[in-house]
Amino acid sequence: MINREGLKYTKEHEWLSIEGDVATVGITEYAAEKLGDIVFVDLPKVGSSTTYMKICGEIESTKSVGELYAPVDGEIVEINDVVSGNPELVNHDPFGAGWLIKIRFKELPALLTHEEYAALTGEG
Amino acid sequence: MKSIPLKSKHEALGASFTDFGGWEMPVRYTSDLAEHHAVRSAAGLFDISHMAEIFVEGKQAATYLDYSLVGAASEIEIGRAKYSLICNEAGGIIDDLIVYRLGQNAYLVVANASNRDAVVAAMQGRAAGFDAEVKDESDAWVLLAIQGPNSVSILSTLTSDALDDLKYYAISESEIAGVKCLLARTGYTGEDGFEIYIPVESAEQVFDEIISAGSEQGMLPTGLACRDTLRLEAGMPLYGHEMNLEVNPYQAGFGKVVRLDKPGVFVGKAALTKLSQTPPTKILVGIAGEGKRAARADYEVFVEGSNSPMGVVTSGALSPTLGFPVAMAYVGADFAQIDTPISVDIRGATTPFTVVKLPFYKRAKN
Repeated sequence: MINREGLKYTKEHEWLSIEGDVATVGITEYAAEKLGDIVFVDLPKVGSSTTYMKICGEIESTKSVGELYAPVDGEIVEINDVVSGNPELVNHDPFGAGWLIKIRFKELPALLTHEEYAALTGEG
Repeated sequence: MKSIPLKSKHEALGASFTDFGGWEMPVRYTSDLAEHHAVRSAAGLFDISHMAEIFVEGKQAATYLDYSLVGAASEIEIGRAKYSLICNEAGGIIDDLIVYRLGQNAYLVVANASNRDAVVAAMQGRAAGFDAEVKDESDAWVLLAIQGPNSVSILSTLTSDALDDLKYYAISESEIAGVKCLLARTGYTGEDGFEIYIPVESAEQVFDEIISAGSEQGMLPTGLACRDTLRLEAGMPLYGHEMNLEVNPYQAGFGKVVRLDKPGVFVGKAALTKLSQTPPTKILVGIAGEGKRAARADYEVFVEGSNSPMGVVTSGALSPTLGFPVAMAYVGADFAQIDTPISVDIRGATTPFTVVKLPFYKRAKN
């Protein structure tokens, strides 16, 4: 079980779990709930580069399309293939089995703490 | 935003809410997909109290409605209903409606929430000179829709009325959970089911008893999110998407609803007569794709070899029942034939679709 308080966040409702120079990225429970049932996830290719706050993927629910913004400059080193076939994992376990991508980065931009993110969504 | 009378009931069931037509409406309780599948396989209970109930009464109620709407209300038998439209003088659609005939001189017209004021104003304005009174009683009624194959068996535990005798598109006075209601066999999901018009003051009790009886038969409380995917699969139009003031009934595929042959004049007749003789340049069609990416409202539609769009998507989703993307779209009349290959620009990606017959989903009749 991931400790949400130790994660970093973006205003675009992504979470990052940092280990060394690799960030594991997913969307928050708040974002998953807002989207509704997720039915399709389009993730970037392994090896592709990411630019901070540029769209690198899409998350579709029956009702709407959510964009996945790259939270750091870097390179995609792994994507969650299981989620591509089972997009409902993003709803069921957004901070665990529903993770989306891993990015190798050189430096981290300013990111939100758990407290700052909670204040942003109005949830504790 | 306006609140529906049973809002606290929905909160207690865990609903999240959305703004729809100026109303704060339950959008989902747990999962849109689970709610969608429940309606197809068991039952769902929708609170659609945002809809407008407009009663028309008087010696000339029938003649008046024939003048005010495009259909022939005078031909509806007592206790039956018809889908109709109210148009402006130019033939543009002000709203789509269900018209129930409650008695010789009494009708119930049900309009969309977002068009309530426009419909009431148009209908009252058109009543001048007729012995017919148009009354907006929307605030006095709660409207619940129970939809799905188990609807009959669930409701039958709450009434002694013979539900099987109530035909599709029929309405009757009924007693559900001890409360006098108007019970109609209509809906917006493509499934068998009922719409129940309940006086506000007794509605909580009816709601509670349906929820309780339904929970034993797989029924879920269902929100507007799944209502939209259900109606889309059933090929049913949604005002503001497939229809608006700029769209005429012939483009929308509802030419048959316009009764140019009925006696006398009606609002829009001159324009609609002309439109009926001119083939429309854009026609509403169903389109289906492969994969999982949905063509959504406002996406542009193309044909091979052309960079300029020949149409636009009005509603679309990945169909929960069918598993592939379906949509409705206005396309150039030359490309409206079934099996015509077209493409949709899905956020920059040219994605192949095919024109298919509507509805996308039709329930098996038993």
